[in-house]
Amino acid sequence: MAVYSKVEQRRAPSNTKGILHWLRDNLFSTPLNVALTALGIAILFWVIPPFVKWAYTDANFAGSTREDCSGGGACWVFVRMKIDMFMYGFYPSAERWRINTVYGFFFIMMVLFKYLKSASLKILLAHVYFIVGYFLVSGGFFGLEHVPTDKWGGLMLTIVVAAVGIVAAFPLGVILALGRASHLPIIRSISVTYIEFIRGVPLITILFMSSIILPLFFPEGVTFDKLLRALIGIAMFEAAYIAENIRGGLQSIPKGQYEAADAIGLSYWQKMGLVILPQALKVAIPNLVGVSIALFQDTTLVMIIGLFDLLAMVRLSAADSYWLGYETEGYVFVTFIFWFFCYSMSNFSQKLEKRFNTNLR
Amino acid sequence: MMLRSTIVKMSLATVAVLSFGSTTLSADTLSDVQKNGFVKCGVDGGLPGFSEVGSDGVYKGIDVDLCRAVAAAVFGDAKKVKYVALNAKERLTALQSGEIDMLSRNTTWTFTRDASLGLNFAGVNYYDGQGFMVNKKLGVKSAKELDGASICLQTGTTTELNVADYFRSNKMKYKLVSYDTNDQVLKGYETGRCDVLTSDQSQLYGLRIKLAKPDESIVLPEVISKEPLGPVVRQGDDKWFDIVKWTLYGMLNAEEAGVTTANVDAMLKTDNPDIKRLLGVEGQLGEQLGLKKDFMVPVLKQVGNYGESFEATVGVGSPLKIARGYNALWNKGGIQYAPPFR
Repeated sequence: MAVYSKVEQRRAPSNTKGILHWLRDNLFSTPLNVALTALGIAILFWVIPPFVKWAYTDANFAGSTREDCSGGGACWVFVRMKIDMFMYGFYPSAERWRINTVYGFFFIMMVLFKYLKSASLKILLAHVYFIVGYFLVSGGFFGLEHVPTDKWGGLMLTIVVAAVGIVAAFPLGVILALGRASHLPIIRSISVTYIEFIRGVPLITILFMSSIILPLFFPEGVTFDKLLRALIGIAMFEAAYIAENIRGGLQSIPKGQYEAADAIGLSYWQKMGLVILPQALKVAIPNLVGVSIALFQDTTLVMIIGLFDLLAMVRLSAADSYWLGYETEGYVFVTFIFWFFCYSMSNFSQKLEKRFNTNLR
Repeated sequence: MMLRSTIVKMSLATVAVLSFGSTTLSADTLSDVQKNGFVKCGVDGGLPGFSEVGSDGVYKGIDVDLCRAVAAAVFGDAKKVKYVALNAKERLTALQSGEIDMLSRNTTWTFTRDASLGLNFAGVNYYDGQGFMVNKKLGVKSAKELDGASICLQTGTTTELNVADYFRSNKMKYKLVSYDTNDQVLKGYETGRCDVLTSDQSQLYGLRIKLAKPDESIVLPEVISKEPLGPVVRQGDDKWFDIVKWTLYGMLNAEEAGVTTANVDAMLKTDNPDIKRLLGVEGQLGEQLGLKKDFMVPVLKQVGNYGESFEATVGVGSPLKIARGYNALWNKGGIQYAPPFR
């Protein structure tokens, strides 16, 4: 009878775990990978030290005048002095607390969302938030000074355009997607025509249409708010893309689900609202977030119709004759802000996916 | 579904009408402006010295000063302006559609614009033209010495054609180095890809500030094209046209007569009949425009005369430091000449 003696616990061999192992497995496994790694490191060496030197070591942070930027590096003083313009545009400085309040409400709403269980309550809350936000920012009631939309600008306008664009486009997109999947020929052809027409045109064309061509069709003297024109254009544009993404979701739902819903006698809207859409939207989440991120970046296009979003505000500030020549600092700052927002959105979508990924597959 | 889309359409239309009520445009811009309580003025917003926005969000510049002057003439308050930032493409549409009352956005006065677009140019507030910037080290003092030079410029503009014309008519050779944007042009010049940078003179001074060593470059005195920039109004409203025109002429006449922001109060007591008519102490000139007879007093107090405005926005008092050149008064070697207040 064999005698088994207890073998002392040993560490895993050094070549199967740890940093060294990871490096060997992932970076230096083949000659090609060694070469690519070397190339990658070379590029990093080539790019990062000069950037750090420019953005940090040689940069100027303190002071408030152009003369304070003496070093050869970045002049962050420019960004610091212009930060109010970047954030709020021409919004009167005495009224900027209103925008900050709306931002604050957003975080309160997010916290409430964590604890609220009822979906309809959440939707109600979101609606209330938008209405309160609009009245707070626009003003003109309860003694709040009215701030016309031509004073809106900077990051705040970027967020307004992106948020309104997504929120307004969503219901329209759902309707268009259902229309395209419908069996009624007229509705289907209207939806298909709309979607294909809009998707065949660049956003910039629609913005030009809304800002330059449209006013010529109105009787002389009739002017519409430029921001509203742009928002309608963007929402119409986004709706077509959202519709296509939702259609993708709809097509992934097995036929049995439709038949089961019909079998228990649900009407069309009950079937869609209770059975099909909840599943279809869940599938479409990654793509919908993708569209939202793309829209957030597309908002910079409103610059060409004379609305001053964050990027346009930076360009405008760089044209201040006192601060000429500091565009680069402004653009780096904008890059960071956009990265922050887009990365947050993409993170959020991953969380959503995990949370909703309960049953499928 | 049909019902839904009808509802969507109806609500869109309602929203549009409710929140942004339409204003009808009459041929009487002055009374519209007075009813609104402000002048809607189209500017660029991103053009150093002409119309730019400071860190406090306030518009300034020589084009902006004209908007402020018209507001001062109409309301006695230069702050009653609503600025509409416009790009080059939409500026004329905005004026035609009534989105703005006047356009002061370094717009070149050309035959086509004046004759066929339903617009009128109410004078010239800046005589611009294409010029050259060179490095001081070259020792060039005049554009006539540029034979054989390599020239950086922005492609696809009239700049290119003007250079070709100028060098051909002076029988000189040159080499073109073209770029897409003004910033690239500047980089090319700075890195020594070319000896000369050419653009409109007003732009050259702005570009020069962006150089690492602005003092090492000079702008040559020659101007090789005509770019008269001025305020624009809609055709068919002569009263408003006259108001804008004579506000500008008033500022020029004030400079000629030596009336400034500082001495305008003292000048009210002067014996000089020209100044008396200008300031409305004598005669009813302002009333003929539909304004107060002393409409130029708030203009001069709050904006200043043409020279003061020029020096503060683009001249020695500004970072641009543009020389008066053609924009000096006619009796000081320039071509700025205003008809008399009489």
